[in-house]
Amino acid sequence: MTTTAPAAADVRKDSPGAAARDPRRPGRIRRIGLPYLLLLPALFLELLVHLVPMVIGIVMSFKELTQFYIRDWGAAPWSGLRNYRMSVDFDAPVGEALLHSFLVTIAFTVLSVGLCWLIGTTAAVYMQETFRGRGLLRALFLVPYALPVYAAVITWVFMFQHDNGLVNHVLHDQLHLTDKPSFWLIGDNSFYALLTVSVWKGWPFAFLIVMAGLQNIPGELYEAAALDGAGRWQQIRRITLPSLRPVNQVLVLVLFLWTFNDFNTPYVLFGKTAPAAADLISVHIYQASFVTWNFGTGSAMSVLLLLFLLVVTGVYLVLTSRGRRTSDV
Amino acid sequence: MRSIRAAAVGAVTMSLALAASACGGGSSTGGGSDDSPKTLTYWASNQGASIAVDKKVLQPELDKFEKQTGVKVKLEVVPWSDLLNRILTATTSGQGPDVLNIGNTWSASLQATGALLPWNAENFAKIGGKDRFVDSALGSTGASDKDPAAVPLYSMAYALYYNKKMFAEAGISKPPTTWDELVADGRKLSKDGKWGLGAEGSNPSENIHHAFVFARQHGAEFFTADGKADFTNDGVVTAVKQYVDLMAKDKIIAPGNAEYAQNQSVSDFAKGKNAMLLWQSAAANLKSQGLSEDDYGIAPVPVQSGTPGTGDQINSMVAGINLAVFKNTHNTDGATKFVKFMTSDAEQKILNTAYTSIPPVKTAQEDPAFNSPANAVLKDTLAKSAAALPQVADESQFETAVGTAIKELFATAAAGRPVSADTVKSALQKAQQQMPAK
Amino acid sequence: MSSQHASPMAPPRSFLWSRRIFLTLLTGFVLLPVYVMVSSSLKPLADVTGKFRWLPSGLTLRPYVDIWSTVPLARYFVNSLIVAGVATVASVVIAVFSAYAVSRYDFRGKRVFTVTVLSTQMFPGILFLLPLFLIYVNIGNATGIALFGSRGGLILTYLTFSLPFSIWMLIGYFDSVPRDLDEAALVDGCGPLGALFRVVVPAAVPGIVAVAVYAFMTAWGEVLFASVMTNDTTRTLAVGLQGYSTLNDVYWNQIMAASLVVSVPVVAGFLLLQRYLVAGLTAGAVK
Repeated sequence: MTTTAPAAADVRKDSPGAAARDPRRPGRIRRIGLPYLLLLPALFLELLVHLVPMVIGIVMSFKELTQFYIRDWGAAPWSGLRNYRMSVDFDAPVGEALLHSFLVTIAFTVLSVGLCWLIGTTAAVYMQETFRGRGLLRALFLVPYALPVYAAVITWVFMFQHDNGLVNHVLHDQLHLTDKPSFWLIGDNSFYALLTVSVWKGWPFAFLIVMAGLQNIPGELYEAAALDGAGRWQQIRRITLPSLRPVNQVLVLVLFLWTFNDFNTPYVLFGKTAPAAADLISVHIYQASFVTWNFGTGSAMSVLLLLFLLVVTGVYLVLTSRGRRTSDV
Repeated sequence: MRSIRAAAVGAVTMSLALAASACGGGSSTGGGSDDSPKTLTYWASNQGASIAVDKKVLQPELDKFEKQTGVKVKLEVVPWSDLLNRILTATTSGQGPDVLNIGNTWSASLQATGALLPWNAENFAKIGGKDRFVDSALGSTGASDKDPAAVPLYSMAYALYYNKKMFAEAGISKPPTTWDELVADGRKLSKDGKWGLGAEGSNPSENIHHAFVFARQHGAEFFTADGKADFTNDGVVTAVKQYVDLMAKDKIIAPGNAEYAQNQSVSDFAKGKNAMLLWQSAAANLKSQGLSEDDYGIAPVPVQSGTPGTGDQINSMVAGINLAVFKNTHNTDGATKFVKFMTSDAEQKILNTAYTSIPPVKTAQEDPAFNSPANAVLKDTLAKSAAALPQVADESQFETAVGTAIKELFATAAAGRPVSADTVKSALQKAQQQMPAK
Repeated sequence: MSSQHASPMAPPRSFLWSRRIFLTLLTGFVLLPVYVMVSSSLKPLADVTGKFRWLPSGLTLRPYVDIWSTVPLARYFVNSLIVAGVATVASVVIAVFSAYAVSRYDFRGKRVFTVTVLSTQMFPGILFLLPLFLIYVNIGNATGIALFGSRGGLILTYLTFSLPFSIWMLIGYFDSVPRDLDEAALVDGCGPLGALFRVVVPAAVPGIVAVAVYAFMTAWGEVLFASVMTNDTTRTLAVGLQGYSTLNDVYWNQIMAASLVVSVPVVAGFLLLQRYLVAGLTAGAVK
């Protein structure tokens, strides 16, 4: 049961001899050329849309790219590491704000991924076996994931309105839990508003993946456990959860990256300037670039963010794959 | 390993090639040209109740222009939320409209990018001379030591709109002229779920407009004479506090207004939820929401004491829309003609009537159409007691930084937490440190 | 075999009760916004600007009539359909080619390719927004092909956004299709592409459908790039929906009606294809 990204899963030695498995194809050139030909469109697009822009973005991060130079950014003066120094000078306001935004993002991401995983896994495990209405419920649960982000989030914006929203109506008017209506889209509560929307939107993905993962667990394992006298809860703990480990490894990583980089949710929820308590890094950088017209600093912040994600992902992959290898032995 | 290197080299080469060609950006066609004399693209800001309304107002005029000159104008009405971004991307790429509307407070910021055609004496001569325009409007067209980056198109000023019926019911006989009176009246009016005043607490630009006026009334400026940010001087702190206190201490603004950013306070006023509103040229907007002109009165924005005037007696910013020509236009001649057309007396009357704004063109302003009591207040304010927002290159950053700081202060006030002078000062300090280093 | 392996023993009561409670609460959480969307879209304006009401004071279909005139929703709809449709088809075809190459061939640079493509999932969109926009503008200036502001540019962008995940999933899926099948096709005289299209693709339909659904949703919902790279005529729904907050009022009932209208095609398609989706993920992503 291999599970990691195919990169790690399917690496054979790059030797020309490997192609000999397919002796029928005529011509050595074609034999070598075909895979490259097949990859060409993807390679071209990745270069055009992802890689080259990223390199340009890195170049920009070393420039002083303010409103005075955006018209002809090639002529913008080089600023060396100044943009980076400014971004990581945590005693000065720009760096301090970036650090704050970074910490908010970490807290938000950890909570969101954790809750998405927990709810998704619980729901999938509960729905592993057939019961009446299971098909309908499964379809319902996928609705938040299927809805376009802006349509879903704008509905939440409406629900979170101070004066005419559902949330305050329920909490304050009907349940009397608060002594006055709360604000959800400004001030400190905005963090919880953001978290709620993110979990609502994200858990069905975890549900979907775990559900798929459960189907790969061989039924004999359960039968054997049942013969050993394990009850339902024990089966879940001893068979289901351990068998899901490889699935979880990928799921958590993907959820982490998507949540960490999510721009659409906070942007639709709060607009161009997010409240301090919910100042996610993606919107923070957007504001640094587009609202204050400092694309050099914005790029430097993005590069730092990318480096952070590279390190986290690398460490995560090393740790989890080592953990699995030892446990497999 | 070799393939990694090859891929990296390839990517870098390709990106450098593209980057090199990207340097062309705007400079290649820097001076403008007349390559395509038959068409123009015009970005209009959203002035009417909706984009559809704007198209209905503008299209007949554009058709008129085509008939006169043979130049076809392609109209795009850009929502305010997108306008600055669109102008920025157009500036970066050199691909944009030929003629565009800009919020007049952005003039100096956009001037600094060099993307707009400067209106020197020669260009002004082509549209009938600089003297045709009102001075206050010209004061918001860019830095004072440079040629204007745009010409005024519509002028607006803030006024106090008040609900006559609610005033009568509360036993208030005339609109307040000082802030103390406004607060006292507001307290009388704030009851039974109704409130004295409306505000757009989450809209940075609105916050800036008011904070600016309050600051001037306390004899303070947000920028020093040599253009440095100075947000924490006592006058500014007092001013911002006085504005936020309308909600925090005086409690004449509903806390819910702290999250308003989409003109909800105007519709609240139209629905009779707020008795007063400080707004610029709201007549058309209120009318489209079914509020008759007889139902509300319009008075000058209050001052600290005395009557509106210059200096400390300023009671409005110079609000308005400017018309600019994009330097990269392929039809400079047509663009200039179009500016001349839009600022002609006839068009000024039609357009400013449709949008209930005031023509910044002297001769058009004298037209009887702009002599209604409402317009008289706005005209008077513009002529005597309005001042332009700082015409500095960092204006747009200033709007964002300080406007957002005030938004957070409103959020604090709305949550029922105290807003002290220290709270205000530290918020402004943070905003100041976010400004580009000088 | 995607059998439901219920364990042979009947579940204990604690399991059944906790399941009932959990699933009920979850259903409430999931459906709440859906209910708000549907009910508010049928309310008169006064109901959505005043205090929230669970039940409308009166039902009206007005919002569904008005949404088409307040903003040119029909045009945005067509734009989104074209952009998302073309991006999806192209993305699937390109991902199939790439995944086939990686799954069936050994070649120099294979590992670099897969690692690079996957790592693009990490890129913050904001980092390459402005550069990408500059590249499109310069390609336009150099070749006359308008990418910036056109649907074409948006299509290229979105199709690339969904490529990494699609390729990765299809590699997994293709790996699960037995090689003997293509060998047999090759013996029958098919070329490698013949084997791909006659044997591998038909056997991988669930995976391909899953990838297509993912690609379509990515393109249908993206906001950031759409807001910068489109203009009046090419604007997509994601940006166009902002038009309902006009200078006058926030027409929440129209916003909800429009949100519902733009959601129906994706949600319906998604739910119709969800069987494939689970099957596709089972074999492709979590194998």
